[in-house]
Formats: sequence, structure tokens, C-alpha cells
Amino acid sequence: MGKMSGAEAILECLKLEGVEIIFGLPGGVLLPLYDAIYDSDIRHILVRHEQAAAHAADGYARATGRVGVCLATSGPGATNLVTGIATAYMDSVPLVAMTGQVPTNLIGKDAFQEADITGITMPVTKHSYLVKDAKEIPRVFREAFYIARTGRPGPVLIDLPRDVTVNELDFKYPEINLPGYSPNLKVHNLQIKRAAAALMEAERPVIYVGGGVKYSDGHRELVGLAEKIKAPVTTTLMGIGCFPEDHPLSLGMLGMHGTKYANYAIQEADLILAVGARFDDRVTGKVASFAPQARVIHVDVDPAEIGKNVRVDIPVVGDAKSALAELAKAVEEKPWSPWNDKVAGWKNDHPLGYARDGETIKPQAVLEMLCRLCPEAVIVTEVGQNQMWAAQFFTHGDPRRFISSGGLGTMGYGFPAAIGAKLGCPDAEVFDIAGDGSFQMNIQELATAVINDVAVKVIVLNNGVLGMVRQWQDLFYEKRFSGTTLNRIPDFVKVAEAYGGLGLRATKPSEVEGVLKEAIDSDVVTVVDIIISPDEKVSPMVPAGASLSEILELEKVDQAAGIQRSYPGYPASEVLELEG
Amino acid sequence: MKHTIALIVENRPGVLVRIAGLFSRRGFNIDSLTVGATDNPDYSRMTIAVDGDEVVLEQVTKQLNKLINVIRVSELDPAESVERELAMIKVAARKEDRSEIMQIVSVFRAKIIDVSPRSMIIEVTGSQDKVEAMVRLLRQFGIKEMARTGKVSMVRGTKVVGP
Repeated sequence: MGKMSGAEAILECLKLEGVEIIFGLPGGVLLPLYDAIYDSDIRHILVRHEQAAAHAADGYARATGRVGVCLATSGPGATNLVTGIATAYMDSVPLVAMTGQVPTNLIGKDAFQEADITGITMPVTKHSYLVKDAKEIPRVFREAFYIARTGRPGPVLIDLPRDVTVNELDFKYPEINLPGYSPNLKVHNLQIKRAAAALMEAERPVIYVGGGVKYSDGHRELVGLAEKIKAPVTTTLMGIGCFPEDHPLSLGMLGMHGTKYANYAIQEADLILAVGARFDDRVTGKVASFAPQARVIHVDVDPAEIGKNVRVDIPVVGDAKSALAELAKAVEEKPWSPWNDKVAGWKNDHPLGYARDGETIKPQAVLEMLCRLCPEAVIVTEVGQNQMWAAQFFTHGDPRRFISSGGLGTMGYGFPAAIGAKLGCPDAEVFDIAGDGSFQMNIQELATAVINDVAVKVIVLNNGVLGMVRQWQDLFYEKRFSGTTLNRIPDFVKVAEAYGGLGLRATKPSEVEGVLKEAIDSDVVTVVDIIISPDEKVSPMVPAGASLSEILELEKVDQAAGIQRSYPGYPASEVLELEG
Repeated sequence: MKHTIALIVENRPGVLVRIAGLFSRRGFNIDSLTVGATDNPDYSRMTIAVDGDEVVLEQVTKQLNKLINVIRVSELDPAESVERELAMIKVAARKEDRSEIMQIVSVFRAKIIDVSPRSMIIEVTGSQDKVEAMVRLLRQFGIKEMARTGKVSMVRGTKVVGP
């Protein structure tokens, strides 16, 4: 392909990897690369803070399944990416983060805007490169994209000293040669047989599903297996959408703010089939008393996850999709069982819900209403109460339509991630379900969204406080609300307008439907400020360090009113009407 | 419980940091770590002595395997491998103690590699137990300085830990 500069080679690599869009913000050492971007077909979205570039690339990756790409300059630009990279690492999101670096001859001299970003990000990247010679660019980029998207996906960082982007090289895209990296995707036949036999023997099975099923596109295979053996299915926050939540076998989410019936089922189960999940502490509660009667089958593409947090009886290393397909082939049809009746009884007796008072706007009702009005929406969340309500009260049914920072729990993630998701799926209706605290952490990206016509809709569940922390202060710290009051500043309607977007507000229940409809119909960036009570809680709840059996209802509950389709072969459920 | 792990890693900058960082981040305890060249210039060999139970060892092995620059991870069974460590011990050597020190050196098949009026440097090679035993015996004379390599280890017979 002949001689070209390092910067041109980088763009050639991105083109060969099918990259259509990058999120970034320039700086001194990136001038040569940005000069090359000026002539390139790749779309560059200029963010207002580098953290948003990483989150937007992450949201793009989660919504599309492709590798997200972000770019920041050396020093502070690079360190601003760190939270975004760590977020992607914890949730196994394929990301390539490019950072500028001071010229190779200045590395280690504490030069202006120098930071050892490969060192800083080492614990939160799947792999990283400091490119010291322009000739390495094609190999490094080829490897980086391959490592980011294969096996257990994750972020890869490429640090690019300025001179490397200027120097010339003969471009040739090499074959992958990574002797130390061979993700094990193919499942072991014998382990499948053992797992299938255990599933057939089990009287009280539960399938527990995490983000691995989402990333392997294994949701159809999951439904196939669950229906064949009539196993109830519960998902983690990351697994939401992998199993339709209105399905008679669905238990919804488990764990700290999961459904009571999911947690009861786990505690009573005699077999747990864990697929692409990692037994996180928010899921297991007190590990020693987690699923005390159950044998555990653990399917994961990352062998290091198996046996890390809980003892596993039957390990299955490999891709979730193929494992689920193989398992479905290896098991025989099972009938509806007394276990299914028992679980259905729990669902009936302990439904997810909240107390309706008819006077204040209930955030849960906002989510239910949004689900009625726009069931196909892509729901991106911030972190905290807004995130849990979005998980609980929107009836999810598509793996790529729920996007949330699960592992790291990054406030400020949702809005830039929603921008990335919308750019990846321009035809989808994308909502950021936010709190007033989280939204303010990346509120400056309103400029990015407005200027680039990325018509995401932000639903601010505005309680004027840092609600989740306040909830804990309310329950466990004698209502001493230390450092959790935000005082309802700023006026989000005015902020939206100041940036050139649309601002809407609802202060009473009767206004909710109207503003949501207006937001859905809006073709510009829209912020909907919904005033809720600071005392509203996320319920039910397993207190920290307690067993899942000790799940508490924090208030009297009226049953939630999610959407409910009928499924052939299962009895139709009653559908509740919405209030207001 | 002590375990010995042999690693074949790519000979690139930053690999040692990745491995050391992994141990500290995951809370694994390293007793010793040695690195050196292999016959192939593309690869280095590390020997890491780890303290922990079977669960810890399994996690260490799996997490090391995830590092892209790590080519091979093998736990070496002490019953089926030979291990050696080299130590240099600078010991205080007064006139009246010299002959006793030299006797100990001879019993351990160690070497005196430097002598000065008040001290000598002893080089000893052997299993960690042997080095420990020698150190214990020399302590009575006053150890002024010690440098140990940490152990290297290799499986007996034809079995090979290689890339």
C-alpha cells in the first residue's frame, strides 16, 4: 500500500476494522492525527469532556455489538478517559481507547502533559500498547481490535507518542499472531453432557443469566433451553433483556434490588445454571448462604470467573450462545412441575410494586408509563435509584435495549452512553433514565448531542438528592443526611433550553403522560424534568451482607403494572391498569 | 501452602509490571520472583513462588493465563522437579571464627568468593531449605548483608515447560 504517515496508517487501520465513528477531543500531541482525521470518512464526534468520549464509545458498543472507539490527548485527556475505560472493563465492553503521548524522546522526563497512561490503566484494560515505532501501528491496531472483541470482550488502550504519528511506514495489515491469546469458545462435549444430566435430574432448577449471554447473542438459545425444561430464568442487571420479562418463566432480576421471587427461587433451588454471570456481591448477598441447597453449573468464556466467588460443581468453559444451544440439544422436554407452581405462587404473592398515593409522581409509574408508550425504547441508565427503577419497572425484552453501568456503577455514564447508543442505532428511540445527581456529572454533553443532532431523551427523576445514598442514610444512619442534598439546582428545563434543546417538566402525576408523549414525539434533544419525592425508595432490598432470604419490602406494595403479552402454552396473566 | 509456578512470557517491555500488578491487585502473595532469558530471545522465563491455598493457586494460574503476554503457565510439583537458589552472604569473620565458618562452608559445599580482614562473602547454591539452613548457622557470626536470587525450578525428566 506504500508509504504513509503514522496518522494516516491509524486511520487506514480504523477503516479496515470497519470503524465508522470515533468519539474524541484533541490536544497538542494529537495535532498530526487530527489533521489526518480532517480528510477522513470516519465520523468524529467532538465531546465536551474526554470521560464522555469513553462512555459514548461504550454505549455505542453495547447498543450495536461493534467495537467502540474513543480518542483523547496525552496527560489530562488520557486520565479523563480512565473512568470510562474502567466502566467498560468491569462490564466486559469491547472498546479501543487511543491516547496521545508525548514524543518518544520525552517519555519519562515529566514532559508537559505527560502521563503514564498504560501504567495507570493496566488494572482496568484487557491489554494495552505503547507504540514506540510507526512500523508497529498496523500490528498493534489489528491485535487491539481482535483482543477487544473476542473471548470475554474488554477495553484495549493504544498510547500513541506524537512522533509515531508523524513518522512514515510501509503499510501492510498483518495476520494476527498472538501466541499467548486463544480465547476458548468451543464448549467441551463431556461437560455439556454432565450439565445436561444435572439439569434433567434437578427438581428445582433456576437459570441465572448475566451479560455474557447478551454479548454472545445467546438470548434465543436461552429461551429455547428454558422453555424446553421449564426452568425459571433470572437475570443480573447486565443480563437484563436476555429473557423477556413478561414470559411466564421469567423471574426478573435477582440480588440486592431484585424481585423477592427471584431471590426465593435461588435460595430454594437444587440446581443453578449460571451463564455468562460472575456471582457479584450485589447478586449473591452473603456468599456463604447463597443458594445453600444448589449444585452449580457455571458457563463462562473466561475460565478465571469459574470458581472465583462460589464453588462450582460443573464448570463449562466456552461461548454462552453455543453452550446454551448444545445444552438445549442435550436435554429432553420437561413438563410444568410442582416447582413451577411454587415459583408462580411466589410471583403472585410477592409481586414487584410500590405504594401509589395519587398525589406525588411515582418514579416507578413513570417507567411503567414509558414502557406502555414506547416498549421498543433503548433504555440507558445512570447509576443509583434511577437505575434500579429502570431495571425493575420497565418490562425489558431485548438484550441490546438496556444499557447500564453495572460493575463499576459509574454516575454520569448514562447520558454520554445514550448519545453513543443513538449514534449506533439512529432509528431507535433512546432514553437516558437519570437522576439529578448523575445527570449533572456529564450534563455538558448536551452541547455534543444538540450540535450533532443526536436526539436522545433524558428523563430526570428529580428528587433533589443523591437518592440511593440517602436511602441508606434513611434506613441505617438514623436519617442523618450527610452530604446527600442537592437542593434542586439547576433548573433542568432552562439548562436544556440554554443548550438549544427542549426542556419539559412534570410536577404532578396527571402531567407525566403528556410530557412523556411530547418527549417521544420530539425530534430534538429533550430533557424531561420529573419532580419526585426525596423519600422515594428502591424496594425490595437485601441489606448489605445479608442473605438473599432476608430480602425486605420497605413499604406496603401495590402490584406493578408492566406490559404482559401472552405466551402460547402458558396461562394468560391478569393485566393491571395504570393509575392516572 | 507454597507453590512454584513457571511462566513463559513474551520478552517485551512492561510484562513484568503486568505480572507484578496482577499479584498486588488481586491480593496474591509472592514469596519470590525471578526472571531470565530462555534459549529463544522472544521469550523469558519467570519462576514465581506463591503462598496460598488451592483456590488461590487456581485463581493465580487462571488470571496469569489471561495476560496476553503470558504464553504458558505451569505449576511445578516439588516432588517432580528440581529447584535451586543462589545466595551471597557477607558474614563477619573474626580471626577466631574463621576456621569454623570455613568448616560450615565445606559441609554445605559452598564457596568463599571474597575475603577481607573482618568479613567474607560466601556463595551457596541449593534448595531453599539448604540455603535457609546455612543462613541459620552463619547467623551466630553476624550476617552483614545477604543477596538471594529466589528460586528457579525445572521439571525432572523429558517433560518441558516451553512456549
